[in-house]
Amino acid sequence: MAGSQRVYKQRIKSTQSLGKMFRAQELIAASRIGKARARTSAASPYARAITQAVSAVATHSTTTHPLTNMQGDSKRAAVLVIASDRGMAGAYSASIIRETEKVIARLTAEGKEVVLYASGRRAIGYFQFRGRELAGHWAEGSDSPSSSTAKEISSTLLDAFLLPDDEGGVGELHVVYTQFVNMVTQRPRVVRMLPLEIVEGVAAPEESDVLPLYDFEPSPEAVLDALLPRYVRSRIFACLLEAAASELAARQRAMHTAVDNADDLVRNYTRLANQARQADITQEISEIVSGADALAS
Amino acid sequence: MAHLNVDVVATDRKIWSGEARQVSAPAADGEIGILAGHSPLLAVLRPGALRITPADGVVVRATVSGGFISVDDNQVTVVADDVEVERDGSGAGTSQR
Repeated sequence: MAGSQRVYKQRIKSTQSLGKMFRAQELIAASRIGKARARTSAASPYARAITQAVSAVATHSTTTHPLTNMQGDSKRAAVLVIASDRGMAGAYSASIIRETEKVIARLTAEGKEVVLYASGRRAIGYFQFRGRELAGHWAEGSDSPSSSTAKEISSTLLDAFLLPDDEGGVGELHVVYTQFVNMVTQRPRVVRMLPLEIVEGVAAPEESDVLPLYDFEPSPEAVLDALLPRYVRSRIFACLLEAAASELAARQRAMHTAVDNADDLVRNYTRLANQARQADITQEISEIVSGADALAS
Repeated sequence: MAHLNVDVVATDRKIWSGEARQVSAPAADGEIGILAGHSPLLAVLRPGALRITPADGVVVRATVSGGFISVDDNQVTVVADDVEVERDGSGAGTSQR
């Protein structure tokens, strides 16, 4: 009977050490969230400046650009999934992948061929394991994305978008990422990145307003050419940063729950171990007593 | 005299912001100088030197690697891919607002 006591002791020990690991992960995630959010706010002046400039061009000139044009006849649509590199974040990756599958199903129902791009090892692993082809994948530091990664991703996607249809170009680009609402809520979200739709920023001036005449150097086309890729890059960077903050928040919450569960398990096993010890002692006593009785009679 | 409100931003952070008398930037077809009251402008930058003369304090020089500059109603925004600031004096001029 001493066997069951030993088993319980072992379980308590292993659960305790797991609990320590969970707690460490929780603390790491908690300390990184602050950093991730600081980076999001550090990148926002750039995003704001770009958006303002783009809407200035959009309102003050009639130039069109390939990036804003709907290439309606294209049968291909690109989907960029932004997931995490590691697990231990609860349902974070699962929900982003579920959302992606929904988007893919919707686009397929519309008769489009889906070209997949993935960022984050979790998404890459998921799609590669199922034998789905990935047109491009990136897996470097999903919890602290760099602007060079964003540049790489956006230039790959822009190249794919600007490629003619018959050479494998895509007609639209959707990005699936997790929106950081607050520490408790992170929501998977799908945005159509390309062709561009400028919604935020300066409102269109009213007819009566006198438009300030903008000088474009060297020309409106050249300015748009320089602006729009940067705009896309900053949008993708913003998505990556927000996804990183969401991932860390999800990890912190998941690890917190895991720590709680580990504590519960330890408490349970301790009770069972005590019970087993008590049972052992009781049995030993009754064995001794009955042995003594047998000798006495 | 009116001053310019200048913001210099890079992809991942704000580099410099404050009031300035003059900004000169390397536009795509030649150096441009901007004083208060400049007409609205949106120009592409090529790699080169950016010079800001603040309302008070020493001239801020920086090297940009491309980007663009926008001027609207004395609000100047320099958006650069990569900026390297070389300051002649001490930290004077950062965030004067």
